[in-house]
Amino acid sequence: MDYRTQHLATLRASLLTMAYPVQFVVDLPVAVAGWVSEMLSSRQSLLEENASLKVQQVLLKAQLQRFVALEAENMRLRALLDSPFRIGERVLIAELLSVDLDPFSRKIVIDKGSTDGLFPGQPLLDADGVIGQVLHVAPITSTAVLITDPSHALPVQVARNGQRAIAVGSAAGNCLDLPYILNTADVREGDVLITSGMGGRFPPGYPVGRVTSVVRDPSQPFAQVRAETSSHPERSRQVLLLWPRNDQAASLDPVPTVVVAPPVPTSPTVSPPNSASSLPAPPAPVVTANQPAVHRP
Amino acid sequence: MTSASSQSWWVIFFTLVAAFVLTLLPLPGWAGPYHPKWVMLVLLYWSMALPHRVGIGVAWLVGLFLDVIEEALLGQNALSLVLVVFIVTTLHQRLRLFPRWQQALLVLALTFIHQTIGLCVRTTIGCAPVGGGYWLPVLTSALFWPWVFAVLRDVRRRYLVN
Repeated sequence: MDYRTQHLATLRASLLTMAYPVQFVVDLPVAVAGWVSEMLSSRQSLLEENASLKVQQVLLKAQLQRFVALEAENMRLRALLDSPFRIGERVLIAELLSVDLDPFSRKIVIDKGSTDGLFPGQPLLDADGVIGQVLHVAPITSTAVLITDPSHALPVQVARNGQRAIAVGSAAGNCLDLPYILNTADVREGDVLITSGMGGRFPPGYPVGRVTSVVRDPSQPFAQVRAETSSHPERSRQVLLLWPRNDQAASLDPVPTVVVAPPVPTSPTVSPPNSASSLPAPPAPVVTANQPAVHRP
Repeated sequence: MTSASSQSWWVIFFTLVAAFVLTLLPLPGWAGPYHPKWVMLVLLYWSMALPHRVGIGVAWLVGLFLDVIEEALLGQNALSLVLVVFIVTTLHQRLRLFPRWQQALLVLALTFIHQTIGLCVRTTIGCAPVGGGYWLPVLTSALFWPWVFAVLRDVRRRYLVN
């Protein structure tokens, strides 16, 4: 019932709310330690941090200027092409609670819930790329599954040439497996992977990772491709929640869903090969062709 | 009488909450798989010492809560804890007389059952755990049993839980 349908979602949410005191108690020492170190940090180090942040902000602003121009140009070109695709999403920052869930899956607890408008399946980012998606929502907390969880699959594409693939989490470190790439496909070490927006769950164009190894065995139908995530969930305490824009979500809805709901395993024999090879995806070619230009610095 | 009874419930409740806190406690990466099944150990103690209070019903409720806390499939821990507590309540009179190491061996077997059921459920829904680390809690739970037993027995005697 819990696995196939959503009938128990309310029960689960209320139990999760009851679990919040326990999670809060566990998180407390870490939160207090952070607060104390903030209190005790010297003026000198604060000034240094402030200076470095200022430098960083100037750099980012400079990049953003270019980005704004590019986005405007991109939108104009898309308007010429009559593409329904739009950039621009609402975001919210959430904080991780440092609690240890089951060590054999990659899941996290965040301190925002349905009162903040979260919904299951919502994408989660950090400063460097996609982290995961929201799994269960309670009023004040939610749990999320990371893209490195073995049961999670994410539609990606190679930023260099638009080659589409599925990135499945592997339990080992920050690694992703790309199991359904043909031996002949053009994928190289160092290729940047971005979300492809297929499946309509993750908006297109966000960085996912970098290919670290490609092993081509002629006796196997698919190459063994491994990638390293660009996000670092173990380092950052803050994550970014994303609300994809409605018109974009609507335009992507008719595309067959590639990302299976998180608790559902991507049974390797069924869904990913379809998506990798035979997805029709009407708006997709436009998206793939233009996407790298927008998001590459 | 009623106040004594409600006090017993509070003590049992707080030991279970402590077990949940221990379950969620973040450990360094290498220690993660060694996590003993704290909630199961506490439940086992109470169902052995006070089978008229902590039985299958309590085990089921605690299991559901553990499922939500551990983000497991709803009912996975509930099922295995009910089975384990059923075994203990059936045998509780014999188990109380066992020496500590023999009880620890039984805890080893019970944790093995618990983990096996967990493995079956996970494999069925396609989230099979990777690596042999999955079986480490069986060993650590058995190793921690004598201490859990001693601590909870002292708690029970100090607060006159019965």
